Amino acid sequence: MIKREHTGNVIVAVLLGVCALLPYFVLSAAWTGFAINILIFSLLALAWNITGGFGGMMSFGHAVLFGSSAYATAMLQLHLGLNAWLAGAVALAVGALVGGFIGALSFRYGLRGSYFALVTLAFAEVFRVLASSFTVTGGGQGLSLPLGRELANLQFASRLDNYTFVLILVLIALAITIAVRRSRFGAYLIAIRENEEAAKALGINTFRVKVLAMTLSGAMAGTAGVAYLQTFLFVDSQIGFGTVMSFEALLGPIIGGAGTVLGPILGSLVLHTLGEVARESIGGAPGLNLVFYGVVLLIILRFLPDGLMGIFKPRSRAQAKPEGK
Amino acid sequence: MLGLIVPAVLNGLMSGAIYALVALGLTLIYGVLHIINFAHGSLLMLALYAVYFLHVLFGLDPYVALPFMVAGFFALGYALQRGVISTFSHGKDSNILLVTLALSIIIDNLALYFFTSNTRTVDLAYAFEMVEIGPAFIPLPRLIAFIAALIFAGLLWFVMTRTRTGKAIRAIAVEKRGAELMGINVKHAYAMCFGIGTACLAAAACLLLPTFYVTPQVGYAFVLVAFTTVVLGGMGSFVGALVGGLLLGVVEALCGLFLGETLGQIGIFAVFILTLLFRPAGLFSPRGAR
Amino acid sequence: MLRVQGLTKRFGGVVAVDNASLDVAEGRIVALIGPNGAGKTTLFTMVSGFQKPDTGTVTYQNQDITGMAPHAICQMGVTRTFQIVQPFAGLSVRENIAIGSHLHHPKRADALAEAAVVAESLGMKAMLDRPAQDLTVAGRKRLELARALATRPKLLLLDEVMAGLIPSEVLEIIPMIRKIRDSGVTILLIEHVMQAVMSLSEEAYVLAQGKMIAHGTPQQLVADPTVIEAYLGHGAAERLKAEHANA
Repeated sequence: MIKREHTGNVIVAVLLGVCALLPYFVLSAAWTGFAINILIFSLLALAWNITGGFGGMMSFGHAVLFGSSAYATAMLQLHLGLNAWLAGAVALAVGALVGGFIGALSFRYGLRGSYFALVTLAFAEVFRVLASSFTVTGGGQGLSLPLGRELANLQFASRLDNYTFVLILVLIALAITIAVRRSRFGAYLIAIRENEEAAKALGINTFRVKVLAMTLSGAMAGTAGVAYLQTFLFVDSQIGFGTVMSFEALLGPIIGGAGTVLGPILGSLVLHTLGEVARESIGGAPGLNLVFYGVVLLIILRFLPDGLMGIFKPRSRAQAKPEGK
Repeated sequence: MLGLIVPAVLNGLMSGAIYALVALGLTLIYGVLHIINFAHGSLLMLALYAVYFLHVLFGLDPYVALPFMVAGFFALGYALQRGVISTFSHGKDSNILLVTLALSIIIDNLALYFFTSNTRTVDLAYAFEMVEIGPAFIPLPRLIAFIAALIFAGLLWFVMTRTRTGKAIRAIAVEKRGAELMGINVKHAYAMCFGIGTACLAAAACLLLPTFYVTPQVGYAFVLVAFTTVVLGGMGSFVGALVGGLLLGVVEALCGLFLGETLGQIGIFAVFILTLLFRPAGLFSPRGAR
Repeated sequence: MLRVQGLTKRFGGVVAVDNASLDVAEGRIVALIGPNGAGKTTLFTMVSGFQKPDTGTVTYQNQDITGMAPHAICQMGVTRTFQIVQPFAGLSVRENIAIGSHLHHPKRADALAEAAVVAESLGMKAMLDRPAQDLTVAGRKRLELARALATRPKLLLLDEVMAGLIPSEVLEIIPMIRKIRDSGVTILLIEHVMQAVMSLSEEAYVLAQGKMIAHGTPQQLVADPTVIEAYLGHGAAERLKAEHANA
């Protein structure tokens, strides 16, 4: 039973590994750029997976964490002339802080399920409006970083260098995910997802665990934000805090398999590759790729509710209903 | 100052009535099916486009189109719930949320593709007639919308409390198993309920378009307002949706007055977050905490 | 070890628990019995921190734990089980129990090993790597017990651990509970299955309609007319006495 899951992990890992190496040997610059996008979304997906997958706290506004870091690193470099690497590090801390703040506020008042999803969406919207209202955040125009294609500026001379950088970030995020899965923290998160009351009865400080998860997720989403900014040298309120980014954050994990280690990356890869293939055949147009994503999401929810990794999940016998009184 | 505030408040009330109507549908759906219908805004947008095209292609006046819209969208809502939402979510709460989210993404972006992001409005002869109320001039359609929304709310209340279908729906909301045992077809009632909720959107669209506009993004703008109204008023409470909607309309108008158009939007979100944190049951919760 | 004094809890207009008091001495097995809806589980939730009492105190090992958070109370050594058992879905039996053992074992490997030990002591060795959802009702009850045990409690609150078990399963679990007490754990249990109450507990408290109406050894309580009335209704004690006299 566990063997089947294990085999699945190995197969997917090999598949992903092969794909990860493609830009070095086969892909054109254009496709490498596409691969960079997938990696950035994967980072965001892995971040969402910590809270939404392991912890069961589905957030519909994860962009707030992504955008906060993107804006933070941009502003630190533009307004304070801070070194890009330093700015990036601070931006990660910002992401973590915003995550912790939203988590603490929400969980302090016991928000769960749909309510939590809505509140995160509301926060993302607030940040979006704020970001587009002030000149220091670029107002409606957004923020652009000046070109300075050297590593010292965390900018890249070649696409491949850019790709390698983001790939390393993804590998680190993956390592963190595995570490969480194998730790007491991860076990506690999963317990909270399944049955929060029972978890409390076993001595788990559920508030602390959940806030920590949000903080970690914030830092990880922050890396996605920093990676995005250093790749595209631009961010605005729509990109940083908009719904598209929030949807991307959850599409990867849900389609790939929320709560698994490789699911978020697999989901992002499959989704965007399919989307690109569809676009080549049907022709691109604004919004069509999102329609495609929505349809894929529906199909997965209907036929593979555990995501693609769910293919490897063992089917357990019909469960005995818990007896009631 | 007063000269500015009173018109703002009055305008806010007019908008608020529409918010209330939109929220009524949402609160009904939540109160019975316990679904937070993420697609609510997208369906409103669809309804707005429908009214628009009915006018542009067939010369139908929005108010005349109202009964057809209500009927048509009722059917759409019924089909959506019965055919898509219940089957695709396998009954799990978290999945339902995602299914409606997926629907909203699909509808919003299909609209973007087919209708483009051009802002569309309808030109009606009476759209600019003003009615003088105190120091304010209120556009006639907005006043009509206000009154009509209240009437519609009253109608809805009547249907829910006096008709058999309405009573069946309310029975299910309180005790699903018991209702099933009494012979009520839960699936059908759920779909009816969703249909009624969507019909409210159709009515709101007809009342809204004369003084508003439609773009593919418009639905999304209404979603959060609608949710805020429902949460503020109390999930499942009709009176709450009414009062909440009117209140929010005023809050929005005043925030827009003092903070400017863009920043004023924060008012609604702030109310939303604060309500969820401090009084999640809302002002008029019919059944206590969630 | 545990002293509950004057605990009261109101829900709206209903008084679920009314000025209830009880004492549990260290090393004993004490039962809390009473007709359905008497408020027994509500009392448990207040002792274990899941609900705050309106009035009254809960003292554990001379420390006031009234109103403390549930996880803090567990960390002090008081663990409760739930009437309706929901295992952590998607996890194996071993992983389920490990959640409990993690309280004292931060490292994953240690927690999993300890889980195996606890499982074995309850005869669950064969099921360790099966999905927890596949367990039968009896299995789930044992899992609940194992999970709680893994937290190394000094005081164990068992909420109807026998409910839903067939007689043979009850007979299996009774010696397990006795063994747990013998290993140094004090036990307060809510129970309906009289067989268990009689053979396991040294003393019992009877809660009816939120009020503590009797206290004594199980043998004393069975003959107590107030207790009989609470279970069988008004006048039942008289009727039974009359029947005895006529028989």
